[in-house]
Amino acid sequence: MARHVVGLASAVASGERLVAEVAGRKVVIFNLGGEFFGLFNRCPHQGGDLCLGRTTGLVEAGSEPGEYSYTRRGEILRCPWHGWEFDIRTGKSRAEPGRIRAKTYEVEVKRGAELFDGPYQAENVQVKVEQDYIVVEV
Amino acid sequence: MSLPAQGAIDCDLHPAVPGIASLVPYLDPQWADAVSQRGVHDLESTSYPLRAPLSSRPDWRIQGAKAGSDVAQLGKQALDGFGARAGILNCLYAVTTLFSEDMAAAFARAVNDWLAAEWLDRDPRLRASIVVPIQSPMLAAAEIERRAGDRRFVQVLLPCLSDQPLGRRSLWPIYEAAARHGLPIGIHAGSTYRHPVTPVGWPSYVTEDYVNQAQGFQTQLTSLVCEGVLSKFPNLKIVLIESGFTWLPAYLWRLHKYWRGLRMEIPWVDRPPPNIIRDQIRFTLQPVDAPVDGDALQRVLDQMGSDDLLLYSSDYPHWQFEGQDALPPRLPDSLRRKILIDNPLMTYPRIKEDFA
Repeated sequence: MARHVVGLASAVASGERLVAEVAGRKVVIFNLGGEFFGLFNRCPHQGGDLCLGRTTGLVEAGSEPGEYSYTRRGEILRCPWHGWEFDIRTGKSRAEPGRIRAKTYEVEVKRGAELFDGPYQAENVQVKVEQDYIVVEV
Repeated sequence: MSLPAQGAIDCDLHPAVPGIASLVPYLDPQWADAVSQRGVHDLESTSYPLRAPLSSRPDWRIQGAKAGSDVAQLGKQALDGFGARAGILNCLYAVTTLFSEDMAAAFARAVNDWLAAEWLDRDPRLRASIVVPIQSPMLAAAEIERRAGDRRFVQVLLPCLSDQPLGRRSLWPIYEAAARHGLPIGIHAGSTYRHPVTPVGWPSYVTEDYVNQAQGFQTQLTSLVCEGVLSKFPNLKIVLIESGFTWLPAYLWRLHKYWRGLRMEIPWVDRPPPNIIRDQIRFTLQPVDAPVDGDALQRVLDQMGSDDLLLYSSDYPHWQFEGQDALPPRLPDSLRRKILIDNPLMTYPRIKEDFA
């Protein structure tokens, strides 16, 4: 597993997404209220670009048919091709979470100082050490 | 020689009401008099025209009377003839085509009481489905309550095509009553003939009517799944009778596929529809819409994904097969036994009580 810096955390506001290329593959990173999650940009169904999908909330059954529970607005991604839903936090398909999932990867936010601590990064450190970076591990 | 359906429970037999006069003794006095005063004619729908080949096998016809109108002959031909131990009577007298809710309820009561007295009392191997006035879910539920105490009534009978999709909540009193008494819902081919029997309008020919019943069943199955009937009543079994079943694999694929993308519309369908259908829906055997040669039928059975789905039926007196060929050839022995005996017993608790 290698770690890749894909951008500044401050460039992706809450509710927004960032598409980046990591090790030759497109990934899409979501900021859910300050937490970052990532999916490979490929629907496990037929390969649709997940980065183009709309986000929605989680629709679950209420106590009776006809009653809905609607929670976690913005945390479910629908593939633009066939509307399959994926939980951005886990990659799991909402329809069949045990069977189908979009590939996720580890996303973390690191202080600049943690990343650029070598002697040859001095200039960057000076500029960016106060900022946070999005780091992807694939 | 062993009979083709030895020990079976035949889940689709059709007793014919000989004529409107046969019901008069079982009608409330007001309705009995109305039959003569209004000149109420025989309630036969156009589903099974009396002389159409489908309506009766030639060797099961009765000279001068409707096929299926003789209890002794039905017992001899449909049960003795194939070795069946018991059979379920699905009376298709066209009570469901009446426009008056009250008249339909009166005739449903009469048909059920006629079945009990003229059929169930005369042959202890016979069981029956409760005919209900679907025109009024409230009165239909009341008829289920009235008849459920007689445990020879083992199912509630609904027509495939009626005024609205069968999943609609206005019909749920029927499902509640059935579930409360452990009665499966049997949906039989047929229509109330209020609406076209195809999705695109009225056809011209009886062939079109009968062939398109399969699409009607698919529509109702989709409705029952999507509207949440099967989720709301997880112990309710629904039997599609005379529906055919070889369309099921392609249908399941389509429903599953669109559910994956549109699940959020119907979140009470909280697991793949094919799984729900395999748990709660059953199909009677005849008609078998598949070639008898080759392995086409076996492939369809494999694709259905469960050995629990089919229930033996002769569909007596309807003409679905020749001679003794009530079962498709070359069924694996284990599946054959399930279709004939185990699946009906698992589907009908009241049959199991008496015939296990």
